[in-house]
Amino acid sequence: MSRTTLDLWVGFFVAIGLAALLFLALKVGNLTTSSSGETYAIQAKFDNIGGLKPRAAIKSAGVVVGRVSDIRFDAKDYMAVVTMQVDGRFQFPKDTFATINTSGLLGEQYIGFEVGGDTEMLKPGGVIKKTQSAVVLEKLISQFMYSKAADDTEKK
Amino acid sequence: MSQESLVEIRNLNFSYDSRPILTGINIKIPRGKVVAIMGSSGCGKTTTLRLIGGQLKPTSGEVLVNGKVVHDLDSSGLYNLRRRMGMLFQFGALFTDMSVFDNVAFQMREHTDLPEAVIRDLVLMKLHAVGLRGAHNLMPAELSGGMARRVALARAIALDPMLIMYDEPFAGLDPISLSIVGELIRKLNDALGASSIVVTHDVQESLKIVDYVYFVSEGKIVAEGTAEEMKHSTAPYVHQFVWGEADGPVPFHYPSRTSYGEELMESAVRRV
Amino acid sequence: MSNAISRAFISLGNKVTSRIWRLGFASRFFLAIFLSSGTAFRRIHLTIREIYFTGVLSLIIILVSGLFVGMVLGLQGYDTLQRYGSSEALGVLVSLSLVRELGPVVSALLFASRAGSAITAEIGLMKATEQLSAMEMMAVDPIARVVAPRFWGGVVAMPLLAALFSAMGIFGGYLVGVQLIGVDEGSFWSQMQASVDFREDIMNGVIKSFVFGVIVSWVAVFEGYDADPTAEGVSGATTRTVVTSSLAILAADFVLTAFRFRGA
Repeated sequence: MSRTTLDLWVGFFVAIGLAALLFLALKVGNLTTSSSGETYAIQAKFDNIGGLKPRAAIKSAGVVVGRVSDIRFDAKDYMAVVTMQVDGRFQFPKDTFATINTSGLLGEQYIGFEVGGDTEMLKPGGVIKKTQSAVVLEKLISQFMYSKAADDTEKK
Repeated sequence: MSQESLVEIRNLNFSYDSRPILTGINIKIPRGKVVAIMGSSGCGKTTTLRLIGGQLKPTSGEVLVNGKVVHDLDSSGLYNLRRRMGMLFQFGALFTDMSVFDNVAFQMREHTDLPEAVIRDLVLMKLHAVGLRGAHNLMPAELSGGMARRVALARAIALDPMLIMYDEPFAGLDPISLSIVGELIRKLNDALGASSIVVTHDVQESLKIVDYVYFVSEGKIVAEGTAEEMKHSTAPYVHQFVWGEADGPVPFHYPSRTSYGEELMESAVRRV
Repeated sequence: MSNAISRAFISLGNKVTSRIWRLGFASRFFLAIFLSSGTAFRRIHLTIREIYFTGVLSLIIILVSGLFVGMVLGLQGYDTLQRYGSSEALGVLVSLSLVRELGPVVSALLFASRAGSAITAEIGLMKATEQLSAMEMMAVDPIARVVAPRFWGGVVAMPLLAALFSAMGIFGGYLVGVQLIGVDEGSFWSQMQASVDFREDIMNGVIKSFVFGVIVSWVAVFEGYDADPTAEGVSGATTRTVVTSSLAILAADFVLTAFRFRGA
């Protein structure tokens, strides 16, 4: 095989290899959504984070606006401190309500922002005051069972 | 330091893992001469070549090439020296992934900045010298044993070396290729003004072309002299070797702890 | 009796020391490759040639195996996921298992048996036919001229092959999941994008495949260079390349994966 055809093949190989990598990065991964520019950190405290994990999405109106970067346990008040990296393009009011939601019945957990009406915006490093913990399925079911049982006994 | 000797080996000892291979070797290769080192298989001839080429280090003694002690050179010094040596390996050792042309051009491309056109002329000249200019496009796998040996010879002389070493250049060749290679060794040596060392056990062919002969047996030099002297030598070892006798100072039987009779007795006793 | 036991201990001890000796030699060899890599980069066409032999010639096996592995993942994953009513997560399952694990590991195993063994056999044969010795006598360092380009060729080719394997596998999973079974195409891709992270998952896979490339290339050139210069020696070295590098790939995969989860 002469040198030029060999170079051609190697060039072709490297090109499709890089194309595959690009495909993985853009089409399979979330390179387009996650690392677009600056982010700022805000914190929120939850009584119970359920199955929330670092890198979980933060959604406002269903759109991903950031990611969970760190989860710590605060030994003083026995609460979970969640640090979030929010896209620098978006500002949220001070009275934003953070809830831990589940996508689908058994899907991944994410933090949802419900925007309040405050005119002041959250600053980098700010803390969200109003939070709602994760819905723990077992608790929900047992509550339902108890209320059902209570209903039944009342009827008798 | 004598100037008339290109290679001088003084009191050389060499051993592999405390197994002595060479003991007390003294060899001088005068400039412009073809010298043969002969001996039976496995007597340390190839080791001698590797010591001269600096691929092995002697246990004691010294090897001087062109006035320099080979094993004291650092790697760049050794590489500089090797550029002026050519070596023909036992089975040619051609690079199997390159054509004949690229094989001969290998050293020129590695060590010089010559333009491709000049390299082409030089390569064809070298190949012409060994009579294989027409074969420059072939791959080594397409060559016969004799042709491969000649290509390897062209490659060995690619940079016009001052010293050419031949490791068993006659092994496994048909009579025609044998005399072609023999003649080439002599002709190229004289044309290039180089010195040559031929390590071989092919007595008849090499005695036709060499100036001086060293006989090595069991790691020692047992005889030396000009080709003519060797032919008429009466020393028992040389006589056995030159005339190819089966038994003599080199015994037919590999040494054994016991005699054959004893061994037969032993096995008979064991069976009972 | 005691004689036999002591002999067994002696042979065990000899084996251990010879392994350690070889490991030391292999490490020194690794360093030597780095020190004499100048030629491999200065005369880049030497390395390009080796990328051709290791990379381009492994393309077919990598692409075909990737496609099949992805298709199997699609079938098996669908079968398991639909029991929990979450068959839209098929894209996540296929892509994460490929990008994180199967892509780098399986392509490295294939690479070891396709390209690694070829490198060992080639260098071993060059040694057996005295070509390396001849090169040394021509004042050309065989490590710089023969070993280093092959090493770097393998190191460059491996991550690209792994990326191709993963991409092809995801395509195979898509074919089976979306085209054949009928999982919703939109959720297949969007769930995949939502849960595959570029840095955590894809870069991790690329780093893995790079490390595997170094391991396979190193083992292959070392076994070839260290082979006994005989036919049996070369065939034994070729087998050892495949066995050693496969084991090393799996062990390194565990270590790298453990690092990743410790960080999470």
